[in-house]
Amino acid sequence: MGSYLIRRILLMLLTLFGVSVLIFTLLRLVPGNIADILFDAAGMIDPVEKQKIIRELGLDQPLVVQYMQWISGLLRGDLGFSYISEKPTIDEIAPRIPITASLAAMALTLSVITGVPLGVISAVRQNTKLDYALRVFSLSGLSLPSFWLGLLILMGFVHWFGTIPIYDRNNTPLEQLAFMLVPAMAVGYRASALIMRLTRSSMLEVLRQDYIRTARSKGVSDTGVNYDHALRNAVVPVITIIGIEAAFLIGGLIVTETVFNIPGVARFLVEAIRMRDYPIVQNLVMFIAFSVVTINLLVDLAYSLIDPRIRITD
Amino acid sequence: MDQQVNTQDVLKVNGLTTYFFTRRGVVKAVDDVSFTVRAGETLAIVGESGCGKSITALSLMRLIPSPPGRTIAGTVMLDGTDLLQLSEPKMRQMRGNKISMIFQEPMTALNPLLTIGRQVAETLILHQNMSRQAAQARAVEMLKFVKIPEAEQRAREYPHQLSGGMRQRAMIAMALACNPRVLICDEPTTALDVTIQAQILELIVELQRNFGTAVILITHDLGVVAETAHRVIVMYAGRKVEEASAEELFHRPLHPYMNGLLGSIPRVGLTKRATASEHVALQEIPGIVPALNDLPIGCAFAPRCPNAGDKCRAAIPPFEEKLPGHFAACWHSDVGAKVPT
Ligand SMILES: Nc1ncnc2c1ncn2[C@@H]1O[C@H](COP(=O)(O)OP(=O)(O)O)[C@@H](O)[C@H]1O
Ligand code: SF4
Ligand SMILES: [Mg+2]
Repeated sequence: MGSYLIRRILLMLLTLFGVSVLIFTLLRLVPGNIADILFDAAGMIDPVEKQKIIRELGLDQPLVVQYMQWISGLLRGDLGFSYISEKPTIDEIAPRIPITASLAAMALTLSVITGVPLGVISAVRQNTKLDYALRVFSLSGLSLPSFWLGLLILMGFVHWFGTIPIYDRNNTPLEQLAFMLVPAMAVGYRASALIMRLTRSSMLEVLRQDYIRTARSKGVSDTGVNYDHALRNAVVPVITIIGIEAAFLIGGLIVTETVFNIPGVARFLVEAIRMRDYPIVQNLVMFIAFSVVTINLLVDLAYSLIDPRIRITD
Repeated sequence: MDQQVNTQDVLKVNGLTTYFFTRRGVVKAVDDVSFTVRAGETLAIVGESGCGKSITALSLMRLIPSPPGRTIAGTVMLDGTDLLQLSEPKMRQMRGNKISMIFQEPMTALNPLLTIGRQVAETLILHQNMSRQAAQARAVEMLKFVKIPEAEQRAREYPHQLSGGMRQRAMIAMALACNPRVLICDEPTTALDVTIQAQILELIVELQRNFGTAVILITHDLGVVAETAHRVIVMYAGRKVEEASAEELFHRPLHPYMNGLLGSIPRVGLTKRATASEHVALQEIPGIVPALNDLPIGCAFAPRCPNAGDKCRAAIPPFEEKLPGHFAACWHSDVGAKVPT
């Protein structure tokens, strides 16, 4: 167990290193830096001024030096300053994290508590009208982009209520939670659909197994067979998907935060990319990558808790 | 075989018929099968793979996968109650309680995510109104009963931590936990090592003797039949083709099919009760089993039968008592009987 964890953590560090190189390189490959943007958009014209900005931000340094500066700062816990607001990066990112995290948690929770039971029902009622309806529902979830769904929901609000829900920092936590329910559903639909499909096929597979017949031969009821014997086995592969979906969720969040005008990190990331605000983009991407690999490690550990055959051995 | 057999009929099966309604037509997996098992008696069902042995067993348990399968006729009287007429909840109270089954594959027949103890206890909780603790304690007792060493420890383990033989013992503990009237064993030792096979069979026979359980033993192994069975029914293509006491059957097979199965096996060995560890496999009979969805008009064995004549190809032979207590379905069973012993 101990050395397994050490190996996993080393692997995580390697992954994070890869991500850091990738995001650093990609950002430099995109044409233009903050100075170009300022001079193109804000109408500044003095080339001396431009050179001064570039020098101040260290953008004239060789790329390797820039990278080393970023990483050594990161390791010391110094994330630098936003090019735009000139505030410390950490102060820009930190307050936005809970907003996105709660949205993501809500979306994931919703998708699990709908996806798993509906998948079970779909499998148990295989080839009935209910099963077909649920499969259409899940196929829609996989084919509807979440921004499209978000826009539809907003249009619905405008149509029926004449207004759209607006995020307000001053709302009580409960009100904020209620507000987030709708965007969470828009993001979670895809994951819910995927979890449902996987639960269904996994259940169908498990229900064919010998031990299910054994359970029936003992006089276990249908409910007992489906939930106590089958579902327990069927969720094992579903858990993996939940881990992977957690990563995919980020993509959905970016659009959804934009559509619903939620001041979370996902939308902030897009703005920062547009402005070539390197410290924000780089550190935020690292934070997201860190969350994703951590979730995946937790998922793998959860795996071995549920399935006694998967024993983490050194 | 020398154990005492009660005269009380526990299970009376009459005209059991189970078909699978598939796209390729109706598969007549079990067709008009009847038999009786008495308390403490072992009835063996033998026949080649695919002849309907397992489906017969599952029909008794009402566990036929449906669709496509359905038991369309017959009665299964267990102590005077027709299982086929019971409501599903009533039938559930029978399964694992009055009629239990153990399966061929101990490797896959246990739930991999539940402890052995919990799986044995489940039956007790379901049928005996036991609390979880009481059932767990009783489960450990049952595991000791089937001679699983370190039962307390094993009860806390998962199936993958046990050997095949131990798992089959656990299955037996599970099946017998509620002291059922009938125990169906579907090739209980086929998947096990030779030495383990004998132990498991001994265990079944011993428990049967203690509890007076009626046992239906499905097997390929004529050595096993000779060792444990009182009566034997022989199935071919979903139908019963011969029935007799084990000794009579080995001594004087009447159906050419049984004759073929016995082939050149020295019968003397069998009638002297070969030990179960001495394997006496069914002999290969040339030709293939007809598809159960496309059976010939007459005797299903005709295409492979050395004695087949026109009559055989025209009509199904009736199942009749040819000798006292010895039944067969064959137009020319007198020819078959002439095969030297
Ligand atoms: N689910 C099913 N669908 C269609 N046919 C089936 C199904 N299960 C079993 N059968 C048919 O029933 C016949 C008897 O099977 P089975 O009782 O398992 O044979 P065995 O004597 O080897 O135990 C087989 O020939 C098979 O074709
Ligand atoms: S009825 Fe005819 S074909 Fe069938 S087993 Fe007897 S002799 Fe052979
Ligand atoms: Mg079988």
